[in-house]
This record gives sequence, structure tokens and C-alpha cells, in this order.
Amino acid sequence: MTTELNVLEASFNQLADSIADRLKPDEHFTLTLNSEQSQFTRFNHAKVRQTGAVNDGSVHLTLMYDQRTGYLEFPFTGEGEVDQAQAQQALAALRQDVPQLPINPYLVLPAGNGISQEVHIGTLLPSDAVAATLLPSVSDLDFTGIYAAGRVIRAYADSVGQKHWFATDSFSLDYSLFTPEGQALKGTLAGSHWDQEIYHAKIQASRTQIDRLAQLPKRIQRGQYRTYLAPAAIAELVGMLSWGGVSEASYQQGGSCFGALRRGEKKLSPKFTLKENFQHGLVPRFNELGETAPMELSVIESGNLANLLISSKTAKEYGLVANGANHEEGLRSPEIAPGDLADGQILTTLDTGLYVSNLHYLNWSDRPTGRITGMTRYACFWVEKGEIVAPIENLRFDDSLYQFWGSHLVALTNTQEFIPDVGTYDSRNLGGTWVPGMIVDDFTYTL
Amino acid sequence: MIVELSKLLSGLDVPGDWVGLRATREVSTTRSVRDGIPETNGTSLSQGLMVEVWAKGQIGYAATNSFTVERVQAAAQEAYRQAIAASEWNIHPTPLSARPKMVGQYVSPILKPFDALTPGEINEILVKICQTLKVSDRIVQASATALTTEKDTWFVSSNGSEIQQKFWQIGTDYAATAQEGAVIQRRSHNGWLAHCYQGGMEHLLIPDLWNQVQQIGEQAIELLEAEECPTETTTLVLAPDQMLLQIHESVGHPLELDRILGDERNYAGGSFVKVADFGNRVYGSPLMNITFDPTVAGEFASYGFDDTGAPASREYLIKEGVLQRGLGSLESQSRANVPGVASTRASSWNRPPIDRMANLNLEPGTASFDDLIGNIEHGIFMESNRSWSIDDQRHKFQFSCEYAKRIEQGQLTQTLRNPNYRGITPRFWGSLTKLGDRSTWQMFGTPVCGKGEPNQVIWVGHGSPVAVFADVEVFGGGS
Repeated sequence: MTTELNVLEASFNQLADSIADRLKPDEHFTLTLNSEQSQFTRFNHAKVRQTGAVNDGSVHLTLMYDQRTGYLEFPFTGEGEVDQAQAQQALAALRQDVPQLPINPYLVLPAGNGISQEVHIGTLLPSDAVAATLLPSVSDLDFTGIYAAGRVIRAYADSVGQKHWFATDSFSLDYSLFTPEGQALKGTLAGSHWDQEIYHAKIQASRTQIDRLAQLPKRIQRGQYRTYLAPAAIAELVGMLSWGGVSEASYQQGGSCFGALRRGEKKLSPKFTLKENFQHGLVPRFNELGETAPMELSVIESGNLANLLISSKTAKEYGLVANGANHEEGLRSPEIAPGDLADGQILTTLDTGLYVSNLHYLNWSDRPTGRITGMTRYACFWVEKGEIVAPIENLRFDDSLYQFWGSHLVALTNTQEFIPDVGTYDSRNLGGTWVPGMIVDDFTYTL
Repeated sequence: MIVELSKLLSGLDVPGDWVGLRATREVSTTRSVRDGIPETNGTSLSQGLMVEVWAKGQIGYAATNSFTVERVQAAAQEAYRQAIAASEWNIHPTPLSARPKMVGQYVSPILKPFDALTPGEINEILVKICQTLKVSDRIVQASATALTTEKDTWFVSSNGSEIQQKFWQIGTDYAATAQEGAVIQRRSHNGWLAHCYQGGMEHLLIPDLWNQVQQIGEQAIELLEAEECPTETTTLVLAPDQMLLQIHESVGHPLELDRILGDERNYAGGSFVKVADFGNRVYGSPLMNITFDPTVAGEFASYGFDDTGAPASREYLIKEGVLQRGLGSLESQSRANVPGVASTRASSWNRPPIDRMANLNLEPGTASFDDLIGNIEHGIFMESNRSWSIDDQRHKFQFSCEYAKRIEQGQLTQTLRNPNYRGITPRFWGSLTKLGDRSTWQMFGTPVCGKGEPNQVIWVGHGSPVAVFADVEVFGGGS
């Protein structure tokens, strides 16, 4: 494994060197690598639906010249000659295109002297052992989901000599258990070292929880209800903030939900604190310009807007100071600070209302006012006087973050959960969100 | 390439009973300008190959971005290992008939090739679009984007399939954001990236482009002064650029056979439609005729064959309101024992094919636009999707649009901002009371329909006439 990694790292470095060697004095480049060797096994009804392996990699070469810039992305195969020939073709093509493009006055050239190397070696299941390892202990359950695992590499090099290398072995098991009536609960397990005992314990805990779903679901009328939002539900809400939320450029261009907060027209609860926290080490800190984000960056501090995420490009355009954000100015390692509610006090503090484990398919219903709509999903319950009464039929909510993270926020749990990012669009995502659960008053359900 | 792939295939040493090689080469360009300044200019080349090996009733796959004999051989062996390891746990033995022998070709229609315009010329057009969008200082963001994709796919198999398809695809998006204090409104060209077609630069330089762009900017400003959409239950008229989403979310996804069979329950969700519903379930009013139509020239997801090699043809999914067949190819059809269509598709070489939409269209009715509106005493006409959300069974939805007009006494009157509506799928389609004729029918598309584990985004096309729905809950924004 390490030998193979060393070969790939050397191959990437040679690729960067070959571009640097051919660079003209007034040209700059950045080179980013996204590579993975992944196992994907999909389950339905505790059987295998599809299974396979993907060996993928691509490099993104950006050429900067005369205040103009363009990129070319091409496959990274790890075969030195093939990749270097592609790189030279890419450089030649960019030299044709870039001079034709308009000037970008906010172009930022790579600068600095960042160098890093981070490698996390794990112990993962062999690809031909996945089904036989996972399925026997759930054979009596309606188990569905996906096991994804393997090595992921993110790397960076540029014309000023910066180099970053981040490689990690990881797995994620994202599953649902269904009752015959269609009620379901969600489970996730993620890490770098597969541990069969932890897996069995996780499934055992899920078995206990699914028993609670055995009774007929209760239909709840639309309205406003005191609600406990479990960490997985909060993570979904946090995910919305990377889409027209925490981006400084988005704010400047009229697209941020935090415009009203910054203008002082709306407030958030002093109980609410959101930050970027890279201490967990699950995602690389470097961005597309080789800049390294601070280990921690406060976004909302006790209800006050501390920082939006500012990339170097946005900083240049609006005369601000960059804070290590990536180009999209999205959250990469978000964390909501815990509160003081003990887990054992959740139901009694909720008293009467809804216990919501997960939320699904969120979207802005009115972004300037912070209004988000979505559905409840998985193991949600009606609670009366601190006791779970029955699972519920799913409800649509439509509420503003200025309410549920504002005046309606009652309490946050004193523990956080890690909700892994199990997304696999284009490539396997890394990291996740650290969040507590929270109780809010008058959460609005509309359908 | 077919020759090279066939050679690779014949040289493979792998003990499976069937082997397929599906290769893709995709060259995509992204050019976007914001407020007259270039944001993105680049080209992405993605190429690779997926080997599928059938052994003991199970298909295993392995994908590689290298075409060397050694790497393809290694992928074939890995695919075989995957198949064998999973065969004991197989949910349903995949019949070999799910990978039929098929030989054929498909090529997108194209009038003006992509290189008819240089990167510099495309940027000039996009800059000019931004300038035209900025009709006022209150436009705080003007953006213009053009995407092109030249995609080649090749499929060969050990039972003699040889399929070659070439797609030319283009998408454009123009939008203006207007702001006055706390009021912010965004207006775009029929919704985010809705103009997605097969073809070439003829879809960038469309007739009437500059008038349409000017109107986007003007309507963004108009929305700043408009009244909020009222909260009421009323007659809702939807333009084809919103029907795009309505068809996609509340007809397309619920009819995917893999959702109905439970494969998708852990991610996007299941469906309120059951296997027993095909052939008899009343899905909507008798006006509702939904076709799966991969034959429409220029529609975004036209093709000759799906990614298992099944030949694609036009079929009714819903006829006169009654459910006929599902979205899913031969494998799902054999599992569910229901009729389907050739729609098992993969986003690229590195993802396995799954049941998808392609072109899904609502067939036109008989009324002119003036007749539709003229017969409504009180209602709201909404255009261009802004927001979408629906539950995991595809029942309870809520959609927002960019722009709306009040309908009063058969006339379009006051402009309304933040128009939203919500409903429950069967009830909503049951309330379809009138459909516009062919003159009101428009087709759009989207390149980002997300689904599957591992996740995939795929391109789909949707055409629709203007449609009228009775007694729908509408409401505005703010809080």
C-alpha cells in the first residue's frame, strides 16, 4: 500500500515538474489531483444488488498568463509517460485558448511556500469479503444501503513550488433498516479501520431502535410543534449553508441567507455557534491555490456573524482579507458547538412534540429570509409528556433558520455526533459534520 | 474505437459467462462570465472503461481510466472476483437476456459545430449577455454560462454487441439578481440551466436571444416591486419551464423500477407506486399522457440504446391518466415482471447503469394559451423553477417559481413574487383540468438528475405544454 502510494506521489510530482520545466517566465500554473480506488457494494433486502470497483483519477491544470486564466482537466492514470504526454497536450491547448479570453482583474496567482504531506493508512475489508462480512448478521432484516471504501488522494502543486499531498484509506457504510410497513431507520458507520465488533454493536443498536417503529404511524396535522432535531437532521440543515449561506461572494452578490444577519435585520440565538474545525483531520486543509485554512475559523459565534468564508479571489474583488476558503466558499469541516442538555433529558425537555431523526431533500423556499423546506425521514416520533407515543407519517417542514436557530432555539445537547459525508458524486467525499441535537419551539410543518 | 475495444475484449482472459466493455470519452467545456468578468473557462476530458463480467447469475464490474491491455485485464479479473463473491448473496439472478446482442449507432443532430465559435467569441457573447442583463444599478449580479459536451460511448460484448453513440450537448444559463434593501429577486432564462439540448452552437445564438436576455433583467427589477404571492387555494397554471420539474419529480422518479423494487430506498427513496399498479392505476386525469421518448430530435436525452445495449423507442408510460409501464430496462423488468423502457443508464464509464429517466414528456392537449387563460376567473400563472423538494415516496412536494402573474377574469394581470405551491402527487395530477396545444409545448432539460449508490448525475429532457391544475395551495415567501 505505502509503496503504491509512493509511486503515485512520485508520478504526480513528476507531472508537476514536467509542467514547471516547460513553463515560460510569465506563466503560472496550479495542478490539483483527485484520485481514488474504491469498492462499491450496494445492498437491498440484505442481498447484493450491485458490486464493483472503480479506479479513477483526474488532474486539473490551470494556466495563468497575462491576467487571463483557463483550465484543462485530464485523466491521471499513474502511468508516467501517458500522463505526461496528456499534460503537455493540455499545456499546449491552454496556450492556444487563454490568450483569447477576457482579462480577469481579480485573478489570483499562486503564492506562498506551503508544503504538506498527510497519509492515513487504514485496514479495510478485501473487496471479495464485503458481502460475506456484512450480510450474515442482517440476513433477517430488510437491510439496504451501500458500503464504499478504498483510498482517496487529494494533491496540489504549483508554479511557485508549493506541494500538498493528502491520502487516506476510509470506508463508509450507509444503511437503512425497514419494517414490513415501510417505516425505516438510518445508520451510518465510517472510519479507516474496519472493526467487526463495532459493526455488530451498531447493527444491534439498530435492531433495538427498529422495534420502536413496529406500531402504526400516527398522522400529525400540519402546524407548529416543539421539536427535537437529532444530529443527523441538524447536519442536513448545516449542509444548506454551503449553498448560498456562508460564502462571502454569495453575500456580496445577493445570494446569502446571512444577508439579513449581517445587516442587523435578523438575529440568531446566543446558543448557536458554528465553526470550521480542521482539528479532526479527516479532510485536507489546502485549497485550489495551495493555501492552508486556519485550524479553526468561527463563522457564527454565540449568534453573531463572526466570519463568512472568503477565498483569495473574493478578497481581491471586494477588498477583504482571505481566510483560507476554497473557491466555492463552502464548509469543509463544520461543527456546531454543543449546549448543556444531557442526552437523558431530551425527551423530558421536549415534553410534547416531535422527535425528528433525519431530514430529507432540503431546499431554500426563500433564501433571503433563511426559509428552508424539506421532509422528515426515518424514525420520527410523536412524543407526549416525555414519552414516545408512536412513529409518525412523514411531514413537510418550511421554517426559517432565523427561527429555529434564533428565537425558537430552546437547547442543544451537550454531546456532538459525527455525521459522515457519504456522498459519492464524481468521487468519494471525505469528512463530515460534528453536530449536537437541538430542541426548538414551534417548528413549522406545512403538509 | 469499436475495433480497439473488440480487440481488447477478445484478448481478455477471464472465466465469466458473459463480458461487456463500455467505454466513454467525454470532452466538456465550461465558460461562464459574471458581471462581465470571466469566472470559468475550461475543458474537462474524462475517459475510461467499465468491464462487466457475468458469472453465476451476478454481474460484477470494474472501471479503469486506462486502456492498456494490462489494466483492462486486471479490471476484468476484478469484475469477475466481484461477481463470484456476491453471487451467493445475489438479490435476483441477472438473466443474460438483460444484456442482449445489439448492433447499432446513434448520432445527435447538430447544425453548428462547437468550433464554429472560438473560446474568445463565446466569452464575448457571454460578456454582452451580462451587460444586457444589467438593466439597472439594482442588478447586483448578472451571470451567463455556456456548457458543451462532446460524448462518445462504445459498447461491445462477448455475445456480439457493437454499439457506438455520439452525443453533442449544449446548455446555457443566463440570470440576473436584483436587490433593493432586504428584497432580493433572481430571474433567469426559464430556470437554472433549463436550456439543455442536443445540438451545437445554434442553441447559443438563438433567434430573439437579446430580447429574451433584456427581459430577464427587466423582470428581475419588476419583481422587486411586485406583491408577494398570496396564500390561497386556487387555479394554478404552470408554464412548460416549471412543468419540467413537476414531471421530473412527481412522475419520472416514482416510475423508476429500481425505486419500486427497493434498490434506491437508502438514498433518494422508494415510490408510492407499487408493482401491482402497472396497467391499472389511475395516476392523473384523463388528459394526462406521458411518453418516454428518446426519438425527439434535439431533446437533451435522446439516444438509440441505453447503457445495457437495449434499443430505445417511444412508449407511453401513462395513457389517458392510467399507468402503463415503468422506467427501467430488461433487468428490472425481469425482476418486477412489468413492462419498462430502455432507460438503464450510467452517468459515465465509472458508474454502473441504473434505472433512470431520459426524455419524459407530457403530450399536448387542444387549447391555445389564450383559451387556457381566458377561461379562468381567478388563478395564478407561474413560470421557471426556483426551488424543489419532495418526499422519499414522491408524495408531498413543494416547488417555488421565479415569476408569477395573477389571473383575473381571463386576463393575466399583476406580477407576483416568491410564488410557491405545494401538493400531493396523485391528487395534484388528478386535478389537471386543461392542457395547452402544441403551440404552447416547449422542451427543456437538466444535466443534474442525482440518484444511485454510488451517486450519479445524469442528463434528462422534459417537454410539456402549459397545464392548468384546479384547487392548488399557493403561497409566498418571507417570514
